[in-house]
Amino acid sequence: MMSKPKIATTSLAGCFGCHMSVLDIDDRILQLVDLIEFHKSPINDIKTFSAPCLVGLIEGGCCNEENVHVLKDFRKNCQILISCGDCAIMGGIPAMRNNVPLKECLEEAYLNGVTVHNPSKKIPADPDLPLLLDRVYPCHEVVKIDYHLPGCPPSADTIWEALVALLTDKPLELPYSLIKYD
Amino acid sequence: MTEKQAEQIRKICQDYGGDKHRMMDIVREVHAQFGCVSRPAMGWIAEATSTHRVEVESVVSFYAFFSEKPQGRNVIRLCNDVIDRMFGADRVAQAFEEAFGIRVGETTPDGLVTLQYTPCIGMCDQPPAAIINDQIVTWLSTDAARHIAEVIKSGKKVFEAWQSVGDGNNAHPLVHAMVHNNIRKRGPVIFDAFTSGAALSKAVAVSPVEIIKVIKASRLRGRGGAGFPTGMKWEFTRGAPGAQKYIICNADEGEPGTFKDRAILTEMPDLLFEGMTVGGYAIGAKEGILYLRGEYTYLLNYLEDVLAKRRQANLLGQGILGVPNFDFDIRIQMGAGAYICGEETALISSCEGTRGDPKNRPPFPAQQGYLGFPTAVNNVETLCAAARIVDKGSTWFAAQGSAGSSGAKLLSISGDCKAPGIYELPFGISVNEMLAMVGGEDAAAVLVGGPSGQIISRAEFQRTICYDDLGTGGAVMVFGAHRDILAIAAEFMAFFEEESCGYCTTCRVGNTILKNRLQRIIDGKGQMGDLAYLEHTAHTIKALSRCGLGQTSPNPILSTLKNFRDEYEKRITAKDDGMQPAFDIAQALSKTEEIVGRKSTHRQA
Amino acid sequence: MSGKITLIIDGQEIEAEIGQTILDAADAAGVYIPRLCAMKGLSPHGSCRVCTVHVNGRPQAACTQPVAPGMSIENETPELKAHRVSVIDMLFVEGNHYCMFCEKSGNCELQAVAYRLGILAPQHDYMFPCRGVDASHPEVFIDGNRCILCGRCVRASQELDNKNVFQFVGRGIHKRLTFNAPNNLSQTDLAGIDKAVDSCPVGAILRKGTAFSVPIGQRLYDNEPIGSEIESGRRTNDRQV
Repeated sequence: MMSKPKIATTSLAGCFGCHMSVLDIDDRILQLVDLIEFHKSPINDIKTFSAPCLVGLIEGGCCNEENVHVLKDFRKNCQILISCGDCAIMGGIPAMRNNVPLKECLEEAYLNGVTVHNPSKKIPADPDLPLLLDRVYPCHEVVKIDYHLPGCPPSADTIWEALVALLTDKPLELPYSLIKYD
Repeated sequence: MTEKQAEQIRKICQDYGGDKHRMMDIVREVHAQFGCVSRPAMGWIAEATSTHRVEVESVVSFYAFFSEKPQGRNVIRLCNDVIDRMFGADRVAQAFEEAFGIRVGETTPDGLVTLQYTPCIGMCDQPPAAIINDQIVTWLSTDAARHIAEVIKSGKKVFEAWQSVGDGNNAHPLVHAMVHNNIRKRGPVIFDAFTSGAALSKAVAVSPVEIIKVIKASRLRGRGGAGFPTGMKWEFTRGAPGAQKYIICNADEGEPGTFKDRAILTEMPDLLFEGMTVGGYAIGAKEGILYLRGEYTYLLNYLEDVLAKRRQANLLGQGILGVPNFDFDIRIQMGAGAYICGEETALISSCEGTRGDPKNRPPFPAQQGYLGFPTAVNNVETLCAAARIVDKGSTWFAAQGSAGSSGAKLLSISGDCKAPGIYELPFGISVNEMLAMVGGEDAAAVLVGGPSGQIISRAEFQRTICYDDLGTGGAVMVFGAHRDILAIAAEFMAFFEEESCGYCTTCRVGNTILKNRLQRIIDGKGQMGDLAYLEHTAHTIKALSRCGLGQTSPNPILSTLKNFRDEYEKRITAKDDGMQPAFDIAQALSKTEEIVGRKSTHRQA
Repeated sequence: MSGKITLIIDGQEIEAEIGQTILDAADAAGVYIPRLCAMKGLSPHGSCRVCTVHVNGRPQAACTQPVAPGMSIENETPELKAHRVSVIDMLFVEGNHYCMFCEKSGNCELQAVAYRLGILAPQHDYMFPCRGVDASHPEVFIDGNRCILCGRCVRASQELDNKNVFQFVGRGIHKRLTFNAPNNLSQTDLAGIDKAVDSCPVGAILRKGTAFSVPIGQRLYDNEPIGSEIESGRRTNDRQV
């Protein structure tokens, strides 16, 4: 029996809304798993790549070094990468910090914010906390991305049409109703 | 702002009749008096000229020489053009920075000095050069910079300390500039001897229509770079309906590498003003405007004096040469540091007292130009040639040059050559012949036409300089093999980004896009796909932009892609591994590491 | 010269009148040429360049180019579409366009033209500029992040409201919208009912208190592409979109 192609997914600096949208394909997931097998993904909690994947679905942009590490891992292990959602495509809401100096961001978050209680008065430097990048980077600025699906999140139908096109080797041509940036 | 200051501003506005169309002059004078045009000052100017404060702010914010924030009592504008940088402008900048304790772009805390960069000031034949308090300093060395700094700090005027002046009228008491003409090759059209009145007396002996016929027969084409037939332009302007007509001389000479009009203004102003007057006669204008770039402020008093003498000699004013109803006079409109104002409709906008935005066409200036009236805008050299043609005949002129490009052309040649300067040469000369003349036979690249022209390699040095082949308004830059041609292209893109007026999307955003992507390649972070991206983005900018700036600004990239492609390819070393070579994680983390106080433990390539 | 003439747009003859711009004539004939800085009732501007067509082979902005007899115009060609996509992409990367929370989303002309062109993501690098917002006015909110420098508000304030509230300052990539005031919008004579407030094609100028009042699915461009309203007025029914 030929093994099915694999799909991996991740949420980097994302809210998981795009993952929820994937799951909004509802019972079409039964058709999907006939065509493809889920590999590393929050959906099944497989944590590492142990096989090459055909498709990698990326939610969220890169806000810290761990995001970059994971994204590069996805690029190495997936044939096709899809930036799913506005955060992956342009940084999304996390990228609103791109006009605020980095020091100010960290101080607001850990020292001066209205609801912060931090008696140490220090910005945390634990080595387990990934370091923030100087700004939020859209995914295509870090690795080559093959497809972009806009939306916040892209609708389940948009994601479905894209996956079906890719898996049946057809060109991706979204109708007007499935191209939305909000 | 005190009431006394407001009163001074009102007086300046009144001197210009409270006319908002004279905003450039008003802002210049307020700026000269107060060292800036502050927000309160904008309000006073608006009130005194019956316009809106935001319109004043629009003008002040558009031109590089105007500032809302107070500038130093001494303003040093160091030219950072390609040629000046080739000859040490960076070291001179550093010397000034060290001497004053500020970086370029800043003002000393005590308000003594503002230090700025400025693009080409028309001194590429004597680099590095600077404008200091509107006076020109050439052949700057780091020693000279330190000396100038000491003079400024001691409270003395910079040019009391300066003894040397240049040749010709650079030594005239009203000029007193250390500029050298460097006219290496004179020709019969421009720098030949000229007697004031020689052309005018012949012009008034025939009808204006006859003058236009003569100019058409000479096949004279505009010498500013665009090459529009002058006779046709004058004919359209004459024939257009309008209560009055205007002739404007474009002395903005902003294309980097162009300094030939500088020499004409210094040595042949009578020929120029005669050409303007002949043109005024031909089209039926009573008023001419000389739009003089702000960088040539050092020539202003001298040129006003030439005009005054022409009025005394009955060559300007009422009843010129005794001809009744032939009234014509010229005023000088100063620019204020905006390359785009060399574009004829942007120049007109500037004359009308607004930001230098080019206008929608049609209508063309010949139909509706200055203040809505038919206007002919001509280059300095064109008007001189026109005067000479009227004096010596169209046949004499048309016999020189080539079929599509009659007459001669002033070339201002600079860069890696033994004899930079101004050459009057017949059209149709090859680049090889030109290089032999200037002592630039070792050239690896030649730029004809300034950054908006073409950069060619040795493979094309047999091509000729004329409108139908390598066209130019005069700028020619010679680059030796040791020069980094891509770095030069990048400097040109930075120039266009800075000088774009910002009106249309493609030029405003596109030049920044091209500049950034080219820099990425130069930094070794490019990939092969970047070349096709640069090419098709460049074509969109050229095709869709509204005026000549955006229609030619991608040329440094397009011509180097075509003629120096290996320079691009050798810098592209990225592996095809799916990673973006432009992303540098070490760089992206360095600031965080500094703030947080620890280095990344996970960072890999 | 006055009177009716014939133009050819993409091989089809349409009627036009001397004095019209190409854009006017196309609109009247039900031919959609995408545009952003052009607006009915305002003088033509020619800044966005989206309406660029080929006139007898040469690129011209349809909104500023007057019609003339014998004009042969190309509008829907792959080359022009590629140019327009690039220009729309430039507008997206030049500002900070966060469609996901923008009050104008679904009614936004920039977004709608991008949808119609099938743009999924811009081809140019995001610039993430630093732009200001001004919430000082009691009725009107300005978000500079979204401004596409189309100048419709400048013209509308001058031509329709007889005021001069808006103007551009700065040059080149630093050009930005500002107000006829020492400090902020509340110091101008802008009124909430001014036509300038309605003139903004994007979410840069918004009337306070009106956000999200139209449900998703019922917004202007949710179901039909921008330009449908022009095309549905066309006389012949056999043209493919």
